[in-house]
Amino acid sequence: MDEKLREIVLEHSDTIVKKWLVEVSSERMNDYPSAISNELFESTNREFVNVIFTSVDQQEITSELGDFSERLIKLGWPLSYLTDGLQAFRRVTIDFLLTRSEKVDTDQFASVLDMVDSWVDPIINQLVNEYSGNWEHTLSMQQTALKELSAPLIPVMDNITIMPLVGTIDTERAKLIMENLLDGVIKHNAEVVLMDITGVPVVDTMVAHHIIQAAEAVRLIGSQCILVGIRPEIAQTIVNLGIDLRKFPTKSSLQKGFQTALELTNRKIVYTKKDDDIENLLDSLDGE
Amino acid sequence: MMNFQSCVDIKKEWDIVGARQLGRERAKAIGFGTVDQARIATAISELARNIYLYAGSGVICFETIDEIDRKGICIIAEDNGPGIHDISKVMEDGFSTSGGLGAGLPGVKRLMDQFDIVSDQEQGTKIRTVKWVPQRRF
Repeated sequence: MDEKLREIVLEHSDTIVKKWLVEVSSERMNDYPSAISNELFESTNREFVNVIFTSVDQQEITSELGDFSERLIKLGWPLSYLTDGLQAFRRVTIDFLLTRSEKVDTDQFASVLDMVDSWVDPIINQLVNEYSGNWEHTLSMQQTALKELSAPLIPVMDNITIMPLVGTIDTERAKLIMENLLDGVIKHNAEVVLMDITGVPVVDTMVAHHIIQAAEAVRLIGSQCILVGIRPEIAQTIVNLGIDLRKFPTKSSLQKGFQTALELTNRKIVYTKKDDDIENLLDSLDGE
Repeated sequence: MMNFQSCVDIKKEWDIVGARQLGRERAKAIGFGTVDQARIATAISELARNIYLYAGSGVICFETIDEIDRKGICIIAEDNGPGIHDISKVMEDGFSTSGGLGAGLPGVKRLMDQFDIVSDQEQGTKIRTVKWVPQRRF
């Protein structure tokens, strides 16, 4: 019985493909990115239906299916294209098989449904697994990348280190900031750490709390933390929230913070004069 | 402008960021300046974080208020959490049950123009807060 159904379907694959193409094309109207050209859509449809038939024919997940889905993932086709297509295939095939036989009893009906399901479901599973595997992979890569970027520490000078923070700070990141800050202070033997929050979009009580804790921890290991990059709107929200940041120095820009850091480490910026300036000076001295 | 409502579910920590961004966009569209946008974003952040920390899950909704003489944004934070036992206490500066700064709710009240809170042990907490666009005098 099963074999017979399979043979019928394979024999009449042309009719089924035709119906399927009509159905899939009509769905296209309201769906899918317009960036996909009609030619590409049609050729992909044809390839897709061939892949389905080969896997029905060989009764297993074929390598063609893997190649096909891999290519679609790379090109960024939506998963819904594949699931919609397979559902259309299921509808069309069931419809075709049932209309062929003159009288349909419940047993036959059930066996046809079962049969077609057993063809389509493994393909759907395989595709969904591949897509979600791909997403998970991308996600974990991005998480790693984000983690690497989340709390960098840059030693700019003997005893002066900068930690530029860009983007939202969540609990996870706050923990990393604290760890990296303390590790870095010890490792680089920093006396002053500049924490730059120019790139932090919102400073709420949680973020402020973590910054205060980090600064306090830095103070405990014998260094000083300067908070820099406080934009005017952030300053206003901090005042509105009533957050007390008096325990450590704060500056509007990294530049000002760096100058303070130099002062704290008993250094200052000396501008060297150009040679001709010195000659002029010597000339003027000679003149006296 | 229609007074349509848009809502963000707060279930994960990153939903706070989503709510904040949506609120900031709405505030910008209504015509708030950068300082007020930052205030509104911070207020949303506090409210959303409270939901995440104390209630586990809830929802933040935004409404545009457009009256004849004034415009504003209304933020509604709602949850089905355990409720707040003593509201007057949480509105005090420096009170926190979680070791935080305790500046959240009183801070939100100062950041915004209007602030209403209803809390109940059975029905959770509902906070409705409004910020008006500063009137330009000609």
